[in-house]
Amino acid sequence: MEPLKPVSAGARIVLGAGFFALFIAGWGLATYGGFVPPLFLASPGQTLVAGWSLLTEFNFLGDIAVTVFRVVGGFAIAAAIGVPLGLMMGAFKPIEAFFEPFISFARYLPASAFIPLLILWAGVGEAQKLSVIIIGSVFQVVIMVAVIAGATRMDLVEAAYTLGSRRAGILRRVIIPSAAPDVMETMRLVLGWAWTYVIVAELIGATSGIGHMIMDSQRLLDTGQMIFGIVVIGLIGLITDFLFKALNRWLFPWATL
Amino acid sequence: MSRKTLRVRGVTRTFPGSGRAGPTLALQPTDLTVQPGEFVAILGPSGCGKSTLLRIVAGLDRPTAGTLTLDEAPIAAPGPDRGMVFQSYTLFPWLTVAENIAYGLRERGLPPAEQRAIVDRFLARTGLTGFAEHWPRQLSGGMQQRTALARALANDPEILLLDEPFGALDHQTRELMQELLLEIWEADRKTVLFVTHDIDEAIFLANRVIVMSARPGRIKAEVEVPLSYPREWTVKTTPEFGALKARLMAEIREEVRKAIG
Ligand SMILES: Nc1ncnc2c1ncn2[C@@H]1O[C@H](COP(=O)(O)OP(=O)(O)OP(=O)(O)O)[C@@H](O)[C@H]1O
Ligand SMILES: [Mg+2]
Repeated sequence: MEPLKPVSAGARIVLGAGFFALFIAGWGLATYGGFVPPLFLASPGQTLVAGWSLLTEFNFLGDIAVTVFRVVGGFAIAAAIGVPLGLMMGAFKPIEAFFEPFISFARYLPASAFIPLLILWAGVGEAQKLSVIIIGSVFQVVIMVAVIAGATRMDLVEAAYTLGSRRAGILRRVIIPSAAPDVMETMRLVLGWAWTYVIVAELIGATSGIGHMIMDSQRLLDTGQMIFGIVVIGLIGLITDFLFKALNRWLFPWATL
Repeated sequence: MSRKTLRVRGVTRTFPGSGRAGPTLALQPTDLTVQPGEFVAILGPSGCGKSTLLRIVAGLDRPTAGTLTLDEAPIAAPGPDRGMVFQSYTLFPWLTVAENIAYGLRERGLPPAEQRAIVDRFLARTGLTGFAEHWPRQLSGGMQQRTALARALANDPEILLLDEPFGALDHQTRELMQELLLEIWEADRKTVLFVTHDIDEAIFLANRVIVMSARPGRIKAEVEVPLSYPREWTVKTTPEFGALKARLMAEIREEVRKAIG
């Protein structure tokens, strides 16, 4: 091992899969070896059995679809508000001065603390679930995008001016394209956070979704189902992360050179 | 072919201090007239305000006092009539070489076919035809600066402002770039303001060399270069070249000593 030296693609996959294997082996040892009673932690086998029954008997795929819809919907709305506002704030300092203090305050408001209030306002329907995700993500998106846009290389902006760009051209043809890869990387992070918000929102006052299923399983003390639900969230996260990275590489081939 | 005369009258620049650092007088009142089609080199020690002067002409910085005009129009903001090549690499990394060269043309709203034709011409003139679809990060420093030159030239500016454009290149590449620039200038006769600290480069390219004093900068001397165009690289070995070089070296050594002492 040498500092910062890259690792080959093959070795990367083997190493990455290796830790998964090690993790599952440790889990198996703890449960099959009798170190942890099944009441607290189901074994890998029990988890798979519970998962199969969830999928075949309890329409767990429907729960997954509902949760994915909520995450993607809330995330898309947060991005549709947050990205343009963040870009404008990063580009134009008076706009930043107007919004930044409030948003810096608002982003420390815990989204989960809004749940009781949101239930009061919006009931327990989809609007409330989406609102939790939007409140949890939008302020973070705005601040991070503003910082990215504000860090646009000044020499590139100046070069554009000497080539005839005016205000709109600088924004559209310098600030936005230069910020785009980092903004997309931010979106990938925020999507991860949206997953935690949606589960919290579904633990309270929901009738469907992965979080609701986990809550139901707790009542039945079915740790197998609970763990299966959690693992599914992780797997979906892994897949979207991979897709997001692939999309970014495809959209911005110049950024990774 | 350029048609407009650049007039710089009494231009001064003081940078305000920040914190405990006091204000910096970067440029003392400076007068300079550049005729259409002239190639003027600005020579001076580091920190004497060469970049500051060029940036003011570009409209990227405002003078503390004084006026600038291009013919009779005052210079107040940057514009495509004054193309600039910077010392640092400033190609847009998200655009290919061809798209970089087309930047100003697109900004002007030229039809794509016309853009394509102009881009092809400047790719050829700067020897980049095979690299049209490359990203800037895939290019060597010399190729990046050639692209930057093509990008500025494609816009057909009245004046070309070059701030040590070859400063970061190795000696051989640098000499080739000088010949390329000279060839383009001999063909187009565009007004050029060329900042450098390389005496050979200044004499080889320019028809007038302006020597600036150590900070706070002012114009200390002006030297005409009576060598005829077209110039070949062999001109660097002639006695006339040597005599000019000796004279400029004497002027500049004194200032460099002041600048570091
Ligand atoms: N934005 C700025 N704020 C404060 N001082 C500045 C600023 N830009 C330049 N200066 C000061 O003005 C003086 C002239 O700077 P300038 O960049 O014009 O020098 P230069 O002749 O181009 O030097 P070099 O050959 O090293 O590029 C320097 O002393 C520098 O410290
Ligand atoms: Mg400089």
